[in-house]
Formats: sequence, structure tokens, C-alpha cells
Amino acid sequence: MSTHPLLSVDHLRVEYPVRNRPPFRAVDDVTIAIGPRETVGLVGESGSGKTTIASAVLGFAPAAAGTIAFDGEDITGAARDRRRRLSASLQVVFQDPYSSLNPSRTIGKTLSETLRPHGSPSKSEVAEQVASILERVGLDPGAADRYPNQFSGGQRQRIAIARALIVRPRLVICDEPVSSLDLSVQAQVLNLLRSLQDELGLSYLFISHDLAVVRHISMRVVVLYRGRVMEAGPAAVVYNHPAHPYTRALLQSAPIPNPNLQRARRTSRQRSTPDLPSTVKPESCQFAPRCPWAVDVCREQQPPEELTSEGVFVACHRWREFAALPGGGADWSGPRLRL
Amino acid sequence: MSTSVPVVDRGAKPSGGNPRFFRRLLRRPVAIVCCAYLAVLVGVAIVAPIAMPSVNSQNAGDLFGANQLPSWSHLLGTDTLGRDVLSRLLVGDRVTLVGVVEALVVVLVLAVPLGLAAGYLGGWTDRVVTWLADLTFSLPAVVIIIVVLSVFPTSMLAGMATFGVIAAPGLMRVVRSATLPIREELYIKAAEASGLSRTYILTRHILPRIAGVVIVQASLLAAVALGVQTGLAFLKLLVADPAPSWGGMVADGTSVLLLHPWLIIPPGATIAVTMLALSLLGDAVRDAAVESWSAPVRTKRAAAKAAPASAGTTPPAGALLTVQHLSVSFPGREQDVRVVEDVSFDVAAGEIVGIVGESGCGKSVTAAAIVGLLPGSGRIDGGSIWFGGKDLARASEAELRKVRGRTIAFVSQEPMVSLDPAYRVGFQIEEALRRHRGLSRAAARDRALELLRDMHFVDPGAVARRYPHELSGGMAQRVAIARALAGEPELLIADEPTTALDVTVQAEILELIRELQMTRQMAVLVVTHDWGVVADLCDRVVVMYAGQIVERSDVQSIFDTPLHPYTEGLLASNPHLEPEAATLPMIPGTVPPPGSWPAGCRFSARCRYAVAACAELEVAIEAPYQGHETRCIRYGQLIKA
Repeated sequence: MSTHPLLSVDHLRVEYPVRNRPPFRAVDDVTIAIGPRETVGLVGESGSGKTTIASAVLGFAPAAAGTIAFDGEDITGAARDRRRRLSASLQVVFQDPYSSLNPSRTIGKTLSETLRPHGSPSKSEVAEQVASILERVGLDPGAADRYPNQFSGGQRQRIAIARALIVRPRLVICDEPVSSLDLSVQAQVLNLLRSLQDELGLSYLFISHDLAVVRHISMRVVVLYRGRVMEAGPAAVVYNHPAHPYTRALLQSAPIPNPNLQRARRTSRQRSTPDLPSTVKPESCQFAPRCPWAVDVCREQQPPEELTSEGVFVACHRWREFAALPGGGADWSGPRLRL
Repeated sequence: MSTSVPVVDRGAKPSGGNPRFFRRLLRRPVAIVCCAYLAVLVGVAIVAPIAMPSVNSQNAGDLFGANQLPSWSHLLGTDTLGRDVLSRLLVGDRVTLVGVVEALVVVLVLAVPLGLAAGYLGGWTDRVVTWLADLTFSLPAVVIIIVVLSVFPTSMLAGMATFGVIAAPGLMRVVRSATLPIREELYIKAAEASGLSRTYILTRHILPRIAGVVIVQASLLAAVALGVQTGLAFLKLLVADPAPSWGGMVADGTSVLLLHPWLIIPPGATIAVTMLALSLLGDAVRDAAVESWSAPVRTKRAAAKAAPASAGTTPPAGALLTVQHLSVSFPGREQDVRVVEDVSFDVAAGEIVGIVGESGCGKSVTAAAIVGLLPGSGRIDGGSIWFGGKDLARASEAELRKVRGRTIAFVSQEPMVSLDPAYRVGFQIEEALRRHRGLSRAAARDRALELLRDMHFVDPGAVARRYPHELSGGMAQRVAIARALAGEPELLIADEPTTALDVTVQAEILELIRELQMTRQMAVLVVTHDWGVVADLCDRVVVMYAGQIVERSDVQSIFDTPLHPYTEGLLASNPHLEPEAATLPMIPGTVPPPGSWPAGCRFSARCRYAVAACAELEVAIEAPYQGHETRCIRYGQLIKA
């Protein structure tokens, strides 16, 4: 591995202005690093700031504090010209395959325009590249002459992936790329992303609300809640031995597709308080109001990020006690059970 | 996703590109007539001044033959100075059209780039442009044009350019507001992330999308410009005598209005017809532009009663809800398209039944058909829906209204959409209570609070006072369920009730539904694509594929031994079950859209067990085990595997 990661997000803070009030911190003090050929999953519920992090990396949302570096070079607030050059290595796939393709442009035009900012290859070269990338994502090269409304959601998402990959980027940000797809198509797209990664040596920043999907595709996972990192570490460890109460709540809330196991799981599920206060003190644990283990210190102080023996960073005042709780740590094997 | 009108003609739909747009436009007779008329005007404007060069400088004609009515020598008569009206009308066409074109060019050149820039760039550009537009709006238009024309007497260019500048802010605002939503589209973000320049994005991505709006507005503006132009010519401000103009001819006629009223008719009628042609063309353009995506007008359940009496006419005993051989169609481009075919299942009292499948399989349409809420102009064209001794497939709208909300409640995927944003949520629940249960105002208020407490709200009073937009998604769904329960229903139909919610919130809602089913002995029919929800909630499952039921079973057997390859494939492709595997087992291909279902087994083309026989004959549903049915001739292979 090289000395610096491919993408490193360092103590990033992103704020949105709110009328007559202090700005809303969508992302607060988030640090993420992605190495070459690595997939880092970003998981959290709505309002956790996962999409905002993607926007900041892509330059759509300005960073209020912290830095974003690509391949060792600081790109926080990079100028348009730098962004244009950056787009040769950094691309994006969005969630909604319907809104992400311009309905009035053919697939060929949509794909080839991505090549425009990077030199001007001849028409036949462009056509060749379009055809080869379409074939690679599993579509007929004849698709280039057709319009987006002739394709299903899954096919559109393949086209969106083709658009991102035609410039041979090094990092692709996948913002909920399979969330709006049906189960069978979701599996097809996940497999495609995997095989493209092996073949082209890609890195992914993979954003999803579905921990099972993130677990499947990622090597490392970052769990976000209200703009802060709750837990970050190797995917298997985070999934099988959640160190943070929030991660555990997420895992236990997702029903397992097995009636008997799910019935057993239901009885052990922790309840969290449903009615939430809209604001939480910035200098406290953001999860404290919903956390069944919260004590005074959780509501008064922001927990420090600590490293567990399994290589997981966890931001919880009580993670050591929590790990010792029955069902709270290593012996909790719910999701690993098979049919 | 699931509540939307099924796209019945996805495969057959032509693309929405520009060439198709003009073909669509020219399918309209009105558009053809208008275009032909305007083309004639353009032709005349080019030819007439060349063919009749003397008309422009003709000061007077036959003074003894002035003010004549139409005759063979003067087809439209003569004017006050004895000149031929027809030739003046034809020659005056050019100056009129030139004026309109000048005004239009100025409007478009100013308004389109400024509107695009203001809408797309936002920020300071937007503020400055909008401020300038507001300033222009406050100017007295007529006064300014007259002042300009007093500086540049009889200058058509100066007059119409001034009009163009004054009219531009209107179009600018239209362009700006059309650009705003497009700016938020993901394909614009994707183009920006690809490093494409702003000019490129504006001209290649945004401009084509707003072209329709601009064309409509331009044709309307042309009509207005024509009116202004003839008005100014009428005042002799634009065209110097003796050159003819339509407005000037009206002025000429007005001077002898009482003696020779005919004189104003030829120019007046021409002006009116031209303005009409421009406006009608604008309408036709708009209609053609929206034709591809506007939904057909909903026809009420008129056709429902035409359902053939194929099923029995007596209610079956036992189950609370019995759906028999239900078929649903939507009108397609050429013929009706079947979306649901021959679906039969039942729901016993207090039972939770799940309908599972992917989008386009007909599960949401089935649920909507039961309560007579089919989207668009969908209709039930076969089968019966027995509930409470009545066949809902043949029930009138009035009968359905009695059932809906009272004995059958419906909860949709989008809780926010189902609540009226203008009323407090407490009031909305009270309203349902008073309508369905006939409670007094005070009793309804108490009962509403009780219902909200049942939904596990900590402070029901505070929630009741809120408006829907003050609720989170999960809270809104709990309020929607509370309102659905107002009529104390025997059956709750929930269409993807947790799909739009976060997973921790989903767990709360599922828990709530299960609790309600247990405490109230309420039956639930839940439509979902999520096997986890099925495992958590359901007693029995119905799996749908391409409009048909392919498997019916109790919940445990379907997870343990799926008997249809589609069920097996769907279960296996869930990443929940294969966290370690490098590749997920997957079903190749996609669900065929309604209207292009293959012959024989509809899944055969994607099935790994398929043999030649599968694609030949329609497969009937059979029951290898008690209570476990499948529509597959090769289910034996699944049991072995």
C-alpha cells in the first residue's frame, strides 16, 4: 500500500445555513480513508449525513472545516478546472436511475460526453469505447442509439455505471446505487460492481442504508448517526460484533428473512424511544436520546473515538461495558446464523 | 414505486426525442392548419413586395374610385385614396412579420440566456437578473415605446426591439422557473461530476428540456407582438406613409368608419386570424409536448360492472376476504393490457397474509383493486372479491365507500401523501371517527387521543395538534395507521407500509401492526418486496410474478422449501443470507412488462430449471403439499436440490 490513501477525508464538517438559527451540522468531524482497490461502506439512516459526505467529496457541498484529499492532494474547495481534471479519476453513481439519465439524450451521447473533458478522441474511438463499456456492463452495444425511457430501472443503473466507468476512474462514489432496485436486479448490480472492481482495480465509497448490502460489498464499514461516526472498522467485525449500541440497534431492526429466527430475535430486540427531540446538544453523544444504555455522561460529553482490540473505532462512553453485556458483544451471532 | 400507475406500454413507447415531437405535433389538424397559414404569410411577405414594387410608394390610386366595395377589379375594394386594398394587405404583410420577428428575436436573445443563467447558477446571478426583471415590470411599457419612437421616428426596429426588451422579463421568469427543477435532476449533477463545462450543460442538457415551454411562450408572445405592432402602426408611429401596414390600414378605415365600415374588415380580419393562428399553434405545441407523459383522464368504475360472472355468485364460506380469479386491465395504446390475471387467495379473520414480488408483478394493483382504488383508468375485468357477503368487484362506488375506511382500511407507502397537509392530524383522525362511527365531536376527540396512545406516542395530545409536515416519516405512518383504525376495520390492507422508512422505524411499525392484529383480531394483507418483513409479520404468503400467483404457502414452508424457482431465486439473491459470498446468486434478466408476457410459464426464460415443455403450455397451479401450491411443472427438481 502506498504512503497515502486514495481518498482521505479528515475531520470533515459540512454545515447548511438555517434561517435565524445557527447552521445545521449535517456532517461533523468525520474521518474516512479509502485505499486503492478498497471498498468502504458508509451506512446510516436518513439524516445521518452519508449523502452529504459524498456531495462534499464531489465538490457540491463546501466543507466548513476539515480537509478532503485525493491521492495525497488537497481537493477541499478545488477550483472548477481542478475538478474537471479530477473527474478522470473520481466518478459517481446515483441512487435514482430515472433522474440520473437525461431523457432527451441517447445513451450514446450520455456516455460519450463523460469523455469530453479529457482530450478529444475521434468519433470512431468514442463509438468503440461506448460499445465496449456497454458490453462490459451487460448491455447490447445497440443501446447507444436508444433513449433512457426504453430501459428498465436495472438497465438504467447499468448505464449509469457505464457512464462512470468509461473514463476509467480510480474511485467511484456509489450513492445508494441499489436502493431503488428490485431484489433480483439488486443482486445483478452488486455482482457487476464487484467484478468491475476486480477487473479495473477500482475503489468504491459505497453508501447505503442497508447494512446487509454494505456488509456484502465492503471491506470496511463506517456507521454514521446524525452526522457523526459511531463506529468504523472491518465489515465482518462490525457486522458480527457491533461495538456501538446504534450499530446493534440497526442490525437488530432489520428483520432476518427466516420466520423462526426472526421470532426469536424479536423478543430480544432493544426498544429505542420513538419520539425524538429535534436537536441534541453538540457536545454530547448524538445517539444518547435514543440509547437504552445512556447515562448522564452521554448527555454531557461527546464520546472520544477509541480503538477496540478488534481494530474497530468506536465513539461510545460505555462501549467496554456494552461489549460485556450478554448479547451485546462477541457472543451475539444473530446475523451469522444461516437457514 | 408501488402505488404508481403501472407502466403498461413501457416497451412500446416511442422515445421522447425532438424529431418525434414534431411528428406528434403534425398529427394534430389544428397544428397543420396553423402552420400552413403561417407558411403562406411568410411566402407572401417574401414574394409580394417583389411582385408589386410600386405599392410601397403609391401615394394615391384612382381618387374617383375611392372607398369601393369588393369588385372583380379590386377583390377587396379600395381605400380612402383609391388604392387596391388586397395589394396593400399583401405588401404590408412583410413589414408586419418583420416587426414580429424583430420583437421575438430580442425577447428570446435576452430572456432565454438570462433565465437559464438565473435558474442554473442561482446566487448572485439569480438575484441581479430577477431584480432587473422586476424593475422592467414596473416600467410603463407604452410610454417608453412611444418615447423611443419619438427619438427614432417610424423605426420598426427601435419600436419592436423596445417592446422585446420590455416583454423579455416575462419569458425570462418562465425559463428560470422551468430551469430550477431540472437543475436538481441527478443527471445534471452527474454531468457536473464528469467535469463538463457549464455552457455545455446549459445548452445540451437543460435547453432541450425547456424547449417546449419556450416554444409555447414564444408563439403566444408573437401574437402579443403582432397586436402591439399593429397598434403602433395604427398610431402611424412605425411605418411612414405611403408604405402599407396592417395597422395603418385599420387606421385608414377607422377615419371613414361610419361611411365605409367595410374598409377595416380586410386588415382587421387578417390581424385577428393571424393572432388566433399563433395562439392555437402554441396550444397545439403544448399538448404535443405533454402528450407522452400526461396520464389519461380517470374514468370512474363504469366498466367494473361489466365483469363477467365467471365465478360463483354466492359468497364462499369461511374466509374474511376471498379473491377469486381476479383480473385487472389498464387501457394501453392499442388495446387493454392485462396487469393482473386470474389471482385467487383468501384471508381469514385475524390472519396476516403477505403478497410478495418485484415491481411490475401486479401486487400493488391487486391490493388496490380490493378497495376499488385502482390508479388511472384501470378496471377489474374478471373475477370476484368476496368480503362480508358482498362481491366488491361488482359493488357500486357508494357501496365501496361504505366498506372503505370502515371495514377495510388502507395504508399506503407514502404516509405524508395520505395525510392532508392543511389540517392538524388530530382533526383528521376525528373526522374519520365521526364519519365512520358517528361519534360526537367530544367523543371523537377522546377516541382520537386513545388511538394515538395505542400507536405508542408518548404525548398524544401534542401529536394531535401537529400538522403533517411537523411529523417524521415514522410518526406520519403511525398517524396514518391510527386514522385507518378509526373505523375499527376487520381488514387492514398495507401497501409497502415500511418501504420509505428507516430500518429502526420500520421495526417499530412492524411491531405495531403485529400488536394491533393480536389485540384487535384484525386481519392484515401486506404487500411487500422485503422477505424480512414477510418473515417478521406474515402467517401465509402469496408470491406473484408477471401478474400471476406462482406460489401460495404458509410462511415457514416458503422459506424452508420454496416450490417455485422464482421464489427460490428471490430468496437466494438476498444479501442478508450470503454476507460472505463473493457473488450473490442471482436471477438473470428482468420481469417482463405487462403486455409482453411470454407463452407458457412466464418465468421460464429466466429459470434455471426450465425445459422445453415449460414454454409450451400455460402452467396450472397445483398443490404438492397440503396448503402449499406452486405454478411449476418442475417443482420436483427444487425439492431434490
